[in-house]
Amino acid sequence: MIPVKSRRIGFFGTPLPLLKGLLFTLSRLFTKPVTYQYPEQKRQPADRWRGLHRLKTTDAGQLKCVACGLCEAVCPANVITVEAKETPDGRRFPNRFVVEVTRCIFCGYCQEACPKDAIELTTNYEFCGYTREEFHMTRDVLARN
Amino acid sequence: MLDFVIESVIKVVVVFAVLMLFVAYTTWIERKVLGRIQVRHGPNRVGPFGLLQPIADGLKGFFKEDIIPSNTDRLLYALAPALSIIPALLVVAVIPFGDQFTLFGRTITMRITDINVGLLYILGLAGLGEYGVMLGGWASNNRYGLLGSLRTAAQMISYELALGITLISVIMVSGSLSLVEIVEAQAGLWNVFKPILWVPFILYIICGLAEINRTPFDMPEAESELACGFNIEYSSMKFAMFFMAEYAHAISLAALITCLFLGGWNLPFVATPGFLKLPVFLAKVFALVFFFVWERGTFPRLRYDQIMRFGWKVLMPIALANIVVVGLYYTVIA
Ligand code: SF4
Ligand code: SF4
Repeated sequence: MIPVKSRRIGFFGTPLPLLKGLLFTLSRLFTKPVTYQYPEQKRQPADRWRGLHRLKTTDAGQLKCVACGLCEAVCPANVITVEAKETPDGRRFPNRFVVEVTRCIFCGYCQEACPKDAIELTTNYEFCGYTREEFHMTRDVLARN
Repeated sequence: MLDFVIESVIKVVVVFAVLMLFVAYTTWIERKVLGRIQVRHGPNRVGPFGLLQPIADGLKGFFKEDIIPSNTDRLLYALAPALSIIPALLVVAVIPFGDQFTLFGRTITMRITDINVGLLYILGLAGLGEYGVMLGGWASNNRYGLLGSLRTAAQMISYELALGITLISVIMVSGSLSLVEIVEAQAGLWNVFKPILWVPFILYIICGLAEINRTPFDMPEAESELACGFNIEYSSMKFAMFFMAEYAHAISLAALITCLFLGGWNLPFVATPGFLKLPVFLAKVFALVFFFVWERGTFPRLRYDQIMRFGWKVLMPIALANIVVVGLYYTVIA
């Protein structure tokens, strides 16, 4: 066994820090707990908090996204899938738009890359589910978010 | 004869029920106080202030699967939780928690029994109590469990010696082994306030903490190294029984310290009116229980070799010197 050298603080010096520690914890006892009581009391995230994505819509209620695929290309985690389609009048829209949020790293690059300002990360951090599929957020889910 | 039996049975049942209630709520106190020390809330979901939490925990314990791992020593595995809780409960039999009162023309003493070798009985039980922990770790055929119980054995032997030796000075001063007489001798002046006797008081608290395996001496179940130690393979009510034993030990230790040093049911310096005796006793016990929780929230766990060194090189010499000094003082000077 390797003997461990201890710093000697003397026989009577030993109890003093112990008492100090006791006093400190006692003073903690009378402070207000800092815990957020989650379901009732929610933490307000910062404005720039990056949470669940939203597909923005115009005032007319149409998706701003033109399915250019830039977000899909820039996404470092490769979690966005866009499938384009055209309306009869020649307007492009995402027929399918899926973000697998379980693998998303919430970097916000998709938001940066979008030329149409059509996607953004909201401050919503409350999404959960029982299956993996529930986290494959589709176009309509993201538009409603 | 018959009425003695009936009275004893009723007392045993009442004391057992109350003790179990205290044990349950000691877990609540522990979680709440530790929480507040760590600037958290502690349990606050079940009932107001989380007061129903112990009951919910108990119910949960009953509904959990009782797992018996293969290759265990089945008999000892099942026996160990009981072995650890029974001595803790038996200690309470000799604790006097109040004087006496008259009910239906009978004088009822507030203790289950008063044997004249009460302290020896308690020392014996204290030795017995560790077998539960030791056998539990050994029987579950798990390395962590075995290590935990080995440490328990070593720690127990080291600290029990100092514990017993410390008690001698109290016995010398009170001149009795009966807890009732020790308490009665403290009417007016508690033992802690008598000259020198604060030394055995502090020694006894330290050794007692080691004896009941509480932080900073919770070697047997060092979570960070042994992943819970001796009780690692236990589940359901067997696990809960280990925990009940731990808290029952804490309460009986608190009651013992109260009787030996803090004057039992006596108020300091003044005579205690009869109806106040039980509340005074309980208040002291819970103050000590609070201290046990408080120090747990403060002190880190000692390293194994530090515990051993502290026990043999510091506590033992002080305890031995304490006997000599107390003996000399009370025979020569007082
Ligand atoms: S936040 Fe980053 S990882 Fe998530 S979808 Fe957008 S680009 Fe991909
Ligand atoms: S969200 Fe923006 S970047 Fe992504 S496909 Fe639609 S328009 Fe292009």
